[in-house]
Amino acid sequence: MEFIGLVNYALFMGIFIAIYALLALGLNIQWGFAGLFNAGIAGFFAVGAYTSAIITSAAADGRIGGFELPFLVGWAGAMVAAGLIAWPIGKICLRFRSDYLAIATIGVAEIIRLVIKSEEALTNSARGITGLPRPFGDLPYVESQAAFLLLMIAILFVAYLLVERQFNSPWGRMMRAIRDNELAARAMGKDVEYRRLQAFIFGAALMGLGGALFAHFNRSITPEAIDPMVATFLVWIMLILGGAGNNRGAILGAAVVWIIWSVSEIATDQLPHEYAVKAKYIRLFLIGLLLQLVLRFRPEGLLPEPLRGDQGASRREPKSSARV
Amino acid sequence: MLELNQLVMDFSGFRAVNGCSFKVDEGTITALIGPNGAGKTTLFNMIAGALKPTSGTITFQGGDITGLPSNELFSKGLVRTFQIPHEFHRLTALENLMMVAPNQPGEALLSNWLSWGRVKAVEKDVEAKAEETLEFLGLTQVAHERAGNLSGGQKKLLELGRTMMTDAKLVLLDEPAAGVNRTLLRKLEEKIEILNKERGYTFILIEHDMEMIEKLCDPVVCMAEGRVLIEGSFQTVRSDPQVLEAYLGETVGAEA
Repeated sequence: MEFIGLVNYALFMGIFIAIYALLALGLNIQWGFAGLFNAGIAGFFAVGAYTSAIITSAAADGRIGGFELPFLVGWAGAMVAAGLIAWPIGKICLRFRSDYLAIATIGVAEIIRLVIKSEEALTNSARGITGLPRPFGDLPYVESQAAFLLLMIAILFVAYLLVERQFNSPWGRMMRAIRDNELAARAMGKDVEYRRLQAFIFGAALMGLGGALFAHFNRSITPEAIDPMVATFLVWIMLILGGAGNNRGAILGAAVVWIIWSVSEIATDQLPHEYAVKAKYIRLFLIGLLLQLVLRFRPEGLLPEPLRGDQGASRREPKSSARV
Repeated sequence: MLELNQLVMDFSGFRAVNGCSFKVDEGTITALIGPNGAGKTTLFNMIAGALKPTSGTITFQGGDITGLPSNELFSKGLVRTFQIPHEFHRLTALENLMMVAPNQPGEALLSNWLSWGRVKAVEKDVEAKAEETLEFLGLTQVAHERAGNLSGGQKKLLELGRTMMTDAKLVLLDEPAAGVNRTLLRKLEEKIEILNKERGYTFILIEHDMEMIEKLCDPVVCMAEGRVLIEGSFQTVRSDPQVLEAYLGETVGAEA
């Protein structure tokens, strides 16, 4: 590969890492801090992607849309829509214990995928929505990619700050307490159902934003993009590997897993054609193996949940290390 | 202050509490005793809002609180501890106390983004109060330790400490002495007494440690098979043959 190709590849990878990092941050709010087992990330991702697509795309026959609003409006709309969808889902499902919540959310994500696949008037069904505006899309290719990456990094940075602030606040402390012991948190006066719903919606909004960014980066969105493998389970692996309960861990996990995922594709593409097709499945195996190894040898992830406490405690080095 | 009226709790056919009634006066330390399976903890769970009674009513400070969730009871000043410590194990001991403080502005998402200064100011007060509480309990040296790493006795103290972070009126202690060594136990008794006398807490405690009960509690309520067997001073209850019978499960003396 020549140099410019490598640069392009790196930019492309960076953009995807930033988008996935947003999804992992959203999941970290839900799982890392509130202990909610959301296995339907793809659903919120899809709602965000399609909402922004409908808001910003040009008019097309037989489909609602044609609002042609700026992409920023689309992105805000994506967050709102994903949050709004999360509200009734959370209202119904959050009363389940964590494993049942996982089953319920998988089901909901599948419903969303099927609606998108079949509702032509809403989503143009299998053909998807194309021609989405892309920020800096008029620049030459490499510059356009670089500018988009910078925008992604800026968005990720702002999201990180907003989330990190909550985690270091009494809100974060309360969420972690609810996660650790629901019964005691309720006995200490916390409205557990309401707080869980808050965390669920907050996380879902970030997932919706991730979906919207993905759609605008590709200038299109089709039902194929809403694959539970890449939109849900890959994000889970990122968070677990990076360190649930740690925002920097979530971002690091997104980077590590995406690099392995994407480089392994290059590796398998080098093989002769008849093997290359089969080797695709090796990538899934590789990711699964990685998850097993992490869970066996470092269950707290690369960057474990920090011991928080008061502001003073973070400066002092506590006696017990961060290991649980 | 607290009045239980004909409380019944059925667990799909099994009646754990069967028509239980008694009153608790303000400022007292009431002991709830009885053999295992008498329904003491179930009764506690109903008072504290963790279980909804099948029938009967609970009145607290003149208001009906039957079936209210425990977070609402907390704001009315009714706080509990657990038989098996329910610490927030991945939070530090200090955080375990700080999270209890009611009406924290930092528990609203928006104020953390928009009025961080105010959140931090309140946080400082909460922290000072939590540190003071840890000192009162003698837990200062483990303030920044994960609560899950504390010893069983320290967790019990932490449970008691959580009740001190709010303006509690009635505190339910479920076996505060179980698994606590003698030295720590004396300390615990002392703390309960101070809280009762100086802060005006009313206590109900489930306990098997008779020494502790004799020292602290008046009246004593003895339960058996889901009902109140007898109620009175420690001496009265101890010398009652029905109580012996309930504990030993056999007929003792002529009365039975």
